[in-house]
This record gives sequence, structure tokens and C-alpha cells, in this order.
Amino acid sequence: MPRAQLEDLQLQRLKALVTRVYQNVPAYRTKYDEAGFDPASLQSLEDLRRVPFTVKDDLRAGYPYGFFAVPLRDIVRVHSSSGTTGQVTVVGYTRGDIDRWSDLIARTLACAGATEDDIVQVTYGYGLFTGGLGLHYGSERLGALTIPVSGGNTKRQVQILQDFGVTVLACTPSYALLIAETAAEMGIDPHGLPLKVGVFGAEPWSESMRTQIEDALGVKAIDIYGLSEVMGPGVASECTEQHGLHVFEDHFLVEIVDPASLEPVPDGETGEVVFTTLTKEGIPVVRYRTRDISRIIPEPCACGRTFRRMERVTGRTDDMLIIRGVNVYPSQIEQVLVGIPGVAPHYQVILTKKGSMDHVEVHVEVGPDFAFDEIKALERLQKRVAGEIAGALAVSIDVRLVEPKSIQRSEGKAKRVVDNRAEGS
Amino acid sequence: MVEQLSVFLENAPGRLAGMCRTLGAAGLNMRALMVAETGDYGVVRVLVDRPHAARAVLEDAGFTASLTRVIAVEVPDRPGGLADVVEALGEHGLNVEYAYCYVEPAGDAAVYVFRVEDPDLAAKTLGDAGFGLAGAGRLYQPDAF
Repeated sequence: MPRAQLEDLQLQRLKALVTRVYQNVPAYRTKYDEAGFDPASLQSLEDLRRVPFTVKDDLRAGYPYGFFAVPLRDIVRVHSSSGTTGQVTVVGYTRGDIDRWSDLIARTLACAGATEDDIVQVTYGYGLFTGGLGLHYGSERLGALTIPVSGGNTKRQVQILQDFGVTVLACTPSYALLIAETAAEMGIDPHGLPLKVGVFGAEPWSESMRTQIEDALGVKAIDIYGLSEVMGPGVASECTEQHGLHVFEDHFLVEIVDPASLEPVPDGETGEVVFTTLTKEGIPVVRYRTRDISRIIPEPCACGRTFRRMERVTGRTDDMLIIRGVNVYPSQIEQVLVGIPGVAPHYQVILTKKGSMDHVEVHVEVGPDFAFDEIKALERLQKRVAGEIAGALAVSIDVRLVEPKSIQRSEGKAKRVVDNRAEGS
Repeated sequence: MVEQLSVFLENAPGRLAGMCRTLGAAGLNMRALMVAETGDYGVVRVLVDRPHAARAVLEDAGFTASLTRVIAVEVPDRPGGLADVVEALGEHGLNVEYAYCYVEPAGDAAVYVFRVEDPDLAAKTLGDAGFGLAGAGRLYQPDAF
């Protein structure tokens, strides 16, 4: 689509969107009235910068249905975020939303080179998480043979991969590596299988990890991007050029803003990614701050697609970590520690790779008054801390008890996380 | 009843040496020492001539130290000497958490140091059974503070 025509379409959709949320979602109306923004005054795409941002806390405050822009009878499905930071955010889809989402995932798969002749193994979790069902409906929309395996039972995943003649694998990048390792243990060489491409998302990964996956599985590894607040997977996808993710700009407006000033930055400069959903009915978001750090790649793509590309997400503006696909905030650990007698709320999270999987070790200081003379009391303490942290984060972890005051104190922002995952991957 | 110094140490090279050097530099003398270790950390139990002073010195140097009440029994330094003590405890349902021994250089007695959940009951039990309990005055100088 020529750029001018695209921008014309975006503007029409944007005008309708801001009017719609103003009329149907009280939270948007309040926010816009307070900011003195009149939806009718929006006349160009540049006017977007006058529109107030939406943040995760807004959505959280509206739990569960506060941000729905249509009556509940028009919603046919809900998904939610993982809720690891407290309140989950619920996202609702109308029949039309599911329809468009399926189209966008079909587009994602097509970007990766898949066609109706392919056999797609969907290994993302099915359930409230958007990954599994999102990929599933999109794969069916493409016309591919779709295998809804969902997550877990890695040996069975390998068996299906082999027996069903799978050509496209959809999962998280770390799980792709585990599948490769498991295949090797089972004496199966993935290079001998018809598998040709993998669509990998839901966690950040590196170029070296891409090389590792491609070597181990004998596939072309494609990065896909999305988040439940905006839609789920299908917001942006790499093409077979494997250089940046094409944002599906007919449905999503992408901006990169300076996280401090919140002013948009020119294409090519790094900042926080902000999305506006142009076509969503159930729960549209306007200028949603993702906290993801990226930049727009200004040069045209060799594949010929005109949708601009964003670079793979390299970090976050907050302290959120993504561990085995789960969002984790280190501050959750502090909350747990405050409630356990015998430990000090000082901790450090050490992230490494154990094989292909993220491994988390939390160093926790024993409280100065803890009766540490008995090893079994220390072991009980260690077990309790590990259990409670794992419960709060929904991620299994190891706890290492360390001496009081041994974790480095910081004058400014504490160095709570040591991320060594990139090494060796 | 005897006060034993317990020190929580990270399982890292040089940490135990640092603890010993700190005590030595303060003129404190260790009589017995045992290290209990796990993969990540260790607990060092020490009989030292001035336990309260030792605790203060170590804490000033950034170590985590506490005092624990343990029982010291003098038994004849001969085969089976220790077995008698442990049997007496077991017969009264007293479980030993941990224990260590050292031999008194001056005499022919071995000193058996152990920790139980109920030290008062254990002391009474052993006293009644005729064992010689080594008191603080016998093993070290009780601190003034």
C-alpha cells in the first residue's frame, strides 16, 4: 500500500477511534476532559501527540471490564495478562476482533514464509494467555494444517514434530532450544525432518540465540511480536529478510517516544514503543505505553513490504524481566521478603542460562537476628523463601542464603538484577 | 552450660581464614572448632576463651555471629567413653542436633560438646546419670559483659 494511502486510512480510523473511546469508555472521557483534549479537534496524524497516553495502571484500575468499549454481549472471548504484578488486565474481543486477529496472525505466518500447504505445531500455551489460541486461529485462517499441542511434555512435542511432518513450529525461543535438546536426547536429528521455519515470540531473544536455534533445529527462525493489551501476537512480525519486525500499520499506529519527555522521536532513534489500536472494538487502546524499548528502522525492507519495521525489543523502561515467557518485576521479590521473619529485604537476582532455559537464583540475606546455629533451621528458611518467591512470581527459582550486609548497597538505584543470560547463548 | 560462638559464613574462599584472623588479632584463643557446611554457606561453631568478646569483635568486623548454649561433658579418654553419654541421652529421648569432641591437653579427659533442643533437661539428665559436666569456668573465662 502506498504510504499516502496508508496514512489516509490511519487518519480515518484514528478519528473514529478517539471518538469511540470518548463516548464509550468513561476512563478515556475523564482523562481527555482533564487534559483538555477534544476528540473532534483531531484532524491529522500529527494531532496524535496531543492525545493523552494510556498506561498499564489505567487498564488495571479498570479491572475487569472497565476499558471495554462495547457491551459485554458483543464480546465473544476474553484473554488476560499473566497478572504477576498484581491485578491482571483483562482484554476482550468481539467477533470482529477475533476475525481481524486471525487475519493478522495469518499475515504473520505468511511473513515467515508459511502457506496453506504447511503443517503448523502450536506450542504456545492455550488458555488465558493470548499466544496459543491467537496462533491457532491465525494458522487455520491461513489454511494450514494446525496442530494444537499447547505447551509442555517436550518428548511428545518432538514425537509429533517427527510423526506429523510438521513444517512450522510456533513457540517461545527458549522452548525451541529445549525441543532441540530433547530431540537430540531422543536420538532424533531435526535436520532430517521437514521442519523449515519457526515463529518465535513472547520473550526477548538475541541474534546469537537465533543462530543457535537455526543450527540446532535446521529452521529459519522468525521473531514475532505482540502483547495482550494491544492484541496478543500479530502486532508485528519479521519477514524472511530477518531484519526488524514489520508493524501491521493498517491496524496499529506505532510511535517511539522519549521515555523521559514522552515526546515522539524521529524514525531511527531509540525510545519507548507506544501503540494505538486502529481497528479493535472490544478493548481499543490509545497511545498505550508498552515499556518496551526499540526503534523504527527507517530504510525500506528488501522484501518490498511498505509497513515500517521496528527493531527487536532490546529492553524495558521499567525493571520488568521476562523469564521463561513470564513477566517478573524484582519488586515482587521484595514484597515477599518483607513478610518472612529471619530474612532481610535485601536481595539480588542472578539470571543465567541452564541449557536452553532461563535459570534464576535469588540471593537473600539472612536477618541479623536469625538463629542460624542449626543448619536445618536455615534449610527450612531457604525452602520457605524459595517457595514463596516462586509462588509470587509463577516461576521456579533457587534461593541462596547469604550473609547479612553482604549484598552491595547502592546509593542510587539498587543493582537488583544481574542478567547473564546473553553470555553463552 | 557453655556458650558457644556460632558464625554464619558464606561458602567462599578466604572467609573462614578472615574469621580466624579476626579472632587471633584480638588475642582470642579458640579451643575447638567445627564447620557445618551446605553448598552455599557454612555455620562455624567455636569454643573460644572469651565468647562475648569474640562475638563483639566479629560483629565489628562485619561477620554474623551469635552465642548458642551447648553442653560440654567430660568423659574418660578411653574406648567407649563417648558411647555412654550418647546412650544416656537417647534413653531419655533427647536428640542430638550436632556434636563435636576435643581432648583436653592437660589431662586424660575428652570433652564432648553437643547441642540439643532442651539443654536444661539434657544437663539434668546427664548430671543425674553421674556424668561430669564441664561448666563455663572450667572451659573459659566468663566475660565481664
